[in-house]
Amino acid sequence: MAAPTAKSSRPSRPYGRFGQVVEELDERLGLARGGRVFLDKIFPDHWSFMLGEIALYSFVVLLATGVFLTLYYIPSSGPTVCHTPYTPLNGQITSEAFCSTVNLSFTVRAGLLMRQMHHWSCDIFVGAIVLHMARVFFTGAFRKPRELNWTIGLTMLILAILNGFIGYSLPDDLISGTGIRIAYSIILSIPVVGTYLAFFLFGGNFPGNAIIPRFFTIHVLILPAVIAGLLGAHLFLLVRQKHTQFPGHGKTERNVVGSPMYPVFIAKTTGFLFMISGVTAVLAALFQINPIWQFGQYHASNISYAVQPDWYMGWLDGALRIMPSWEFVGFGHTIPFEVLVPAVIFPGLIFTICYLWPSIERRYTKDNLLHNLLDRPRDRPKRTAAGAAMLGLLGMLFIASATDVIANFLHISLNTILILMRILVVVTPFVCYLVTWKICKELQAVPLGGRRKVANLVTLTPQGEYVATPMPPPPGTEPELAPEPVPALIETDGDGERGDGQRADEDEDAADPIGRSSVRTVPR
Amino acid sequence: MSDSTTHGTRTPVELAAAKWSDPHMQPAARHPEHVARVVAVCFFLGLACFAGFGAAYWQNWEPWTLGALLGGGMLLVGAGLIAWGKYLMPRGPFVEDRHPLASPPDELDAFTNAVMERGATPVRRRPILGGLLGAGLGVFGIVAIFPLLRSLGPLPGTTLDVTNWAAGRYLVDAYGRRVHQDQLGLGSVMTVFPEGFAFDDQAQSMDQTILIRVDVAPLMNMTGTPMGYVAYSKLCTHAGCPVGLYERALEYLVCPCHQSMFNVPDHALPVFGPAPRPLPQLPLAIDRHGELFATAGYDQPVGPGFWERS
Repeated sequence: MAAPTAKSSRPSRPYGRFGQVVEELDERLGLARGGRVFLDKIFPDHWSFMLGEIALYSFVVLLATGVFLTLYYIPSSGPTVCHTPYTPLNGQITSEAFCSTVNLSFTVRAGLLMRQMHHWSCDIFVGAIVLHMARVFFTGAFRKPRELNWTIGLTMLILAILNGFIGYSLPDDLISGTGIRIAYSIILSIPVVGTYLAFFLFGGNFPGNAIIPRFFTIHVLILPAVIAGLLGAHLFLLVRQKHTQFPGHGKTERNVVGSPMYPVFIAKTTGFLFMISGVTAVLAALFQINPIWQFGQYHASNISYAVQPDWYMGWLDGALRIMPSWEFVGFGHTIPFEVLVPAVIFPGLIFTICYLWPSIERRYTKDNLLHNLLDRPRDRPKRTAAGAAMLGLLGMLFIASATDVIANFLHISLNTILILMRILVVVTPFVCYLVTWKICKELQAVPLGGRRKVANLVTLTPQGEYVATPMPPPPGTEPELAPEPVPALIETDGDGERGDGQRADEDEDAADPIGRSSVRTVPR
Repeated sequence: MSDSTTHGTRTPVELAAAKWSDPHMQPAARHPEHVARVVAVCFFLGLACFAGFGAAYWQNWEPWTLGALLGGGMLLVGAGLIAWGKYLMPRGPFVEDRHPLASPPDELDAFTNAVMERGATPVRRRPILGGLLGAGLGVFGIVAIFPLLRSLGPLPGTTLDVTNWAAGRYLVDAYGRRVHQDQLGLGSVMTVFPEGFAFDDQAQSMDQTILIRVDVAPLMNMTGTPMGYVAYSKLCTHAGCPVGLYERALEYLVCPCHQSMFNVPDHALPVFGPAPRPLPQLPLAIDRHGELFATAGYDQPVGPGFWERS
């Protein structure tokens, strides 16, 4: 209706053809205002914010290389006479899945590169998620208003681990097949419904012919779609709630300081995408990963020594190894606690604690403020210590997944190593907690800890006395390093300190209708 | 924090207010032309690497050259882009206001009113309709589980309790050949299957049996062990891995997955690790041709524990 006249009524645009294109698009889609806000979005510059980007870009690499692999991989456990340039396997009867994976590595140009990039970027992907999560945890970035994004991120971690496991099971090689066998036994161990779940997932008793095609569908369709959807939600919430930032010069609860999306951040982040892809490609080029032709086809009665899963499954494998053999038998039923506890209950507990942590901390601190400024980990000794304890526990379990290799390497009896690991797994979290807590307290007690030393001007007085005069700090160090007061310490119990946000709010013009909501306390 | 080197003590400014003459809009580099030269070199070398990748692909060179050229090109282009963004673009810092996420009270009330009054009141006024709808959707949910879940596989039944071993079944190796009494030396092991099922992958997963000829310690009150031959299920009672390692000096079977150990001369009792039960024993006999056969099947389900196992 008004569209034809709108153009004539506007003055002619600058920037010639580009201006015209923008105008045409804006008339149809109304892009300019939102686009401007997007271009102006400010990204904090701290290095630790790149960990999430690593995860994001590894996911991009995973999708790109994964699509390539689907073109050649055959998701079938049906037997075939494998014709392959790899002589030891040539003419052997293998499954379609195994043979096609070997052949896409050896006969498809760049196939081996793509396969190894896919595997390496998966390991990087999960690692980056874990580091990103640790950053978010130790700096308190999960606090209100970002609890939902913590939940989404944690869900993505679980799905990433799951999809990684399913993905490396697809080649149907001896190592991964053993992993599937263990997974089957883990499902069997669930009381009451375990056997039914296992039979439904595998289409019958292990191994069956259904699991490879089903894993394929889950791996390339269902889980990637769910992860991509959650990723969209994760990034939407990030933009909606804006980044957190460390306290520092000019940074408050009510602003974001950093570089704009365009052109600075877009250049840096695109460069980072290239760097991560590049690192993945170089890793894939120079470091062999998962050489399935050396392991051979999976057969249920074959087994290999040093059967270790990918690193992110290590903690579960370690838990399975160190668990004592406690099986409950009675009332005509068996509950295999030796599998159920380490492989079902324990990870369930760990992830439940992670899911609930924001609420646990909120209940404990009674802190209902909105937080946009991050904590220094030392300022939250209990949280930092709890995180260290968790990492210590998982790290020890990870080491425990290599008991056989360690025993072989150090020429110590396997039994000694196992008993040692059992003790270490129990003791380490407590040690980590106490040590970390103490370090945090000590760092707090050193007022200038973490600052640059101030230079002294030493002068010789006419009396022959040396006098040291502290120099003013070099420009650029002082305001940046002095942390601003942070709201509601975990350790303070409601002594009235409301922190930066509250004070800023009080300064605000009372007539501002939306000012009241930046800090809203809910009475308990 | 870490940005002290690039941002210094400059106070952050609003991006929209910053003019080109503003120091915030200046590049961070002290000598931008030098950096620009480095970036140009990065981009050029990256381009060369990509071209090299094309050549390597065309000529079908070794996979590692493909990856090194592709990765090298990406690393160079990425490094150049990052240097461009970090040193040649406005150094900032810029600041953006964070607007409160929460809506003003009247909008909040309008929203809750719309949901509760306009939407929920007609529902609350018709409890029977709501209840029926809820019951219908509940039934739909339960019914939907059947095709989604139940069709995926058969019911377990007694599948996990039985193997193909039975009285009179001969032991065969992976090639289907019967096992002769002279075949195994003292202290040797082999994997055996029931005759007729050696090539069936599905059957193998349950039937796999490890045959050991012990030589060090005498067998402890065990029957069905002619000439020192003893056979156990190869399926670990812990997590179902094949118990494929035999420690001859100790006469232990060791599971390579989680290192459970079973004492072979003593009914394969678990002596170490997470396995809770001994490996079930397959009683053997030798016929007049010297060939081994089973005198019975397994007297209990093989493999890991599950709820229905008694």
